[in-house]
Amino acid sequence: MKIGLKLLASATMAATLATGAAAANKTFVYCSEASPEGFNPAFYTSGTSFDASSRPMFNRLVEFERGGTSIVPGLAESWSVSPDGMTYTFNLRKNVKFHQRKDFRPSRDFNADDVLFSINRQLLDSHPYHNVSGQEYAYFGYMDMANIIKSVEKVDDYTVKFHLNSADATFIANMAMDFASIFSAEQADMYMKAGTPEQLDKIPVGTGPFVLAQYKKDSVIRYVAHTAYWEGKSKIDRLVFSITPDASVRYAKLKKGECHHMPYPNPSDVAAMKSDSDINILQSNGLNVGYLAFNTQKAPFDNQLVRQALNIATDKEAILDAVYQGAGEVAKNPIPPTMWSYNDDVVDYEYNPEMAKELLAEAGFPNGFETDLWAMPVQRPYNPNAKRMAELIQEDWAKVGVKANIVSYEWGEYLDRTQKGEHETMMLGWTGDNGDPDNFMYVLLGCPAAESGGNRAFWCDEEFNGLLEQAKTTADVETRTELYKEAQVIFKDQAPWITIAHSVVFEPVRKEVTGYKMSPFGQHDFYAVDITE
Amino acid sequence: MFQFFIRRLGMVIPTFIGVSLLTFSLIHLIPGDPVTVMGGERGFSEEQRQEIEALLGLDKPLWQQYIRYVGNVVQGDLGTSFITREPVMDEFLTLFPATIELSFFAALFAFCVGLPLGIIAAVKRGSFFDHTVMTISLAGYSMPIFWWGLLLILFMSIQLDITPVAGRLDVLYWVDEVTGFMIIDAWLSGEEGAVRSALSHLFLPSIVLGTIPMAVIARMTRSSMLEVLGEDYIRTARAKGLSKFRVVMKHGLRNALIPVVTVIGLQVGTLLSGAILTETIFAWPGIGKWLIEAIGRRDYPVVQGGLLIIATIIIIVNLLVDLTYGIINPRVRHSK
Repeated sequence: MKIGLKLLASATMAATLATGAAAANKTFVYCSEASPEGFNPAFYTSGTSFDASSRPMFNRLVEFERGGTSIVPGLAESWSVSPDGMTYTFNLRKNVKFHQRKDFRPSRDFNADDVLFSINRQLLDSHPYHNVSGQEYAYFGYMDMANIIKSVEKVDDYTVKFHLNSADATFIANMAMDFASIFSAEQADMYMKAGTPEQLDKIPVGTGPFVLAQYKKDSVIRYVAHTAYWEGKSKIDRLVFSITPDASVRYAKLKKGECHHMPYPNPSDVAAMKSDSDINILQSNGLNVGYLAFNTQKAPFDNQLVRQALNIATDKEAILDAVYQGAGEVAKNPIPPTMWSYNDDVVDYEYNPEMAKELLAEAGFPNGFETDLWAMPVQRPYNPNAKRMAELIQEDWAKVGVKANIVSYEWGEYLDRTQKGEHETMMLGWTGDNGDPDNFMYVLLGCPAAESGGNRAFWCDEEFNGLLEQAKTTADVETRTELYKEAQVIFKDQAPWITIAHSVVFEPVRKEVTGYKMSPFGQHDFYAVDITE
Repeated sequence: MFQFFIRRLGMVIPTFIGVSLLTFSLIHLIPGDPVTVMGGERGFSEEQRQEIEALLGLDKPLWQQYIRYVGNVVQGDLGTSFITREPVMDEFLTLFPATIELSFFAALFAFCVGLPLGIIAAVKRGSFFDHTVMTISLAGYSMPIFWWGLLLILFMSIQLDITPVAGRLDVLYWVDEVTGFMIIDAWLSGEEGAVRSALSHLFLPSIVLGTIPMAVIARMTRSSMLEVLGEDYIRTARAKGLSKFRVVMKHGLRNALIPVVTVIGLQVGTLLSGAILTETIFAWPGIGKWLIEAIGRRDYPVVQGGLLIIATIIIIVNLLVDLTYGIINPRVRHSK
């Protein structure tokens, strides 16, 4: 750390000198919520780390469109898929410059070697950089990339081929994710030769719009604009993350003009922000879902009628008012409405305690039964208050004769025990990684996930799973859309979950800020922003 | 004096062992393990989990982990953070100056305000001033730090626009880290206005953090002064014809200070624990916030190492306080 900090300090001076002492520097200040865990996005899974590393400093071969989930060209100008879906060929962009730093002056532009380095480091156990820094390639693992990719081949300096083990339509979306950020192989070689390879992860050099200038843990991160950025230099000259953990204080700073933008406001502050003349409040639907899962391996939840009855017995509108306080919308499908293939024709169960009682009687429980209801101990983006939610559901169910005992454990313990299936009913949720429906449905409701416990309903439906697997191996988006829509109908009818809500995310920005687009992934990207006086 | 010092020092070693054992077992007793917390909703496959556990040294039995931990501590190695993979000591040294800077100014505020208030209240016992001071100090003592901090921000920063909201320095100043103490670094940077900016950022957090110690010092000084002022030697001094000021400040205060110094020593603990909240509110990059986050993430090395260092500091401060008695009051040094 000491070496890192010292190098960073000297780098600051270099960066400051490089930009010159121009007085009219446009500085954009973002009041971020926490320190990043580090600056190599391949190691981490938190949005906080991505906001500070992959978003400002790196590019991927393909990118998510700003403000959306579709895939657009990044460092690859174009790509093609072989007919069998097993080979992806990327044509790389030319004249892309890496960041210039005092301690590293790249001698060449971005090329295929950088792609091979960045992916192989994570893929191959034998890669000289694989064990450097002693970190796990967490997201590479989550997305199962080690099993998806067979090998990466350099055809020429500007053409790269990815050979897959089997056709997998989610591959391309995964390549737009933060872990697939492209590092400089030249910088890596330099540090390896110097015997300090771990410096690569501390002083990152990418091709992105901003160059890291200074980092003070828990205090501030400073970036300067990358003047030779391939999309053109950003309109702002300096980007500062002022790390401010408390949401009320972030709001105070925004109000006073100490920052231009803040994430994660207190829900109770949103009304005041809306009426504040200095602040614009942006809002978008979170790429998430909060749900209650029935353990379908345990009686009586192995009975479809019971699951449907409890769906009907739950007043979701009331939950939305009380728990989300307007920052959410009722969910009827396991995927959020902003995602492609969302089936809007699915009809949700309507709240009707009488009908629920009848269904329970039909299922053989005229007097109801007793069960447990697990509630998370923590606030999550998809569920601001699980305990309050559990109380409301408990009341609803009591009206149809089902007595639910609320159970809660410490967060780690909670995840662990529910993954092992100790619960009868439990609450959880999911935030999308790559904008692909597979990333919700297969990960949370597929048969393999029922084995591993990621599928907390332990629900394995042959027909549903078959559709998902077919969609996974089909490259054509229209065909996939139809398959996922069909799967959602089966899901609703089988009712392994009560789909509760998709949250609405708010981001207040000061009035003078223009050009900012909210990301459905909840990421914060400041390349396109400008400040108008 | 030397013997007294050795005796006090000897008591430090068992305290250390106790602290290390306590921090180790407490953090391991909290349910939930770091790997599960890291995985979140996604979770890890069994293979990944084993890999990570081996990476973090969590695959060994608990007693082996403890022995290895103590062994490393003896060699001056506090381990590396599970999350950032940085040595605990380096992270601590990066963040600690901020906490010291804040605690120093908070203590200064507490002392400079609390002591005179206590003395005047004692001298003017039963007066309106006395009652006011005691009411204020009771309020100060019972004030929730979080609420008090936000209140001050809203009033001083937003309403009156006198102080900045949070942080250590205006973001427009690019000050390089040399000592870690912002005031000194700002001064070294030579940037115009940087020192003033650093001082203005210290203003609110110092008051918030210093409020409880200030109240404690004021009350302690008052009651201790009252006791001393009733002593025979005070009457003698007055009878000798010394001025009231001299009697109070020289004969009174010096004797009354002993319990006050003890309290100041004990307040170091309060300052460090109060720093956790104050640092969170004012986005102050110190060790309080660092430890709280580490507990949430089950970052064992940081929690163990951080607590051990803080315990050491508190032990040393209390040792120094004990030694100061000897200087202030010769009876302490001679009687034992």
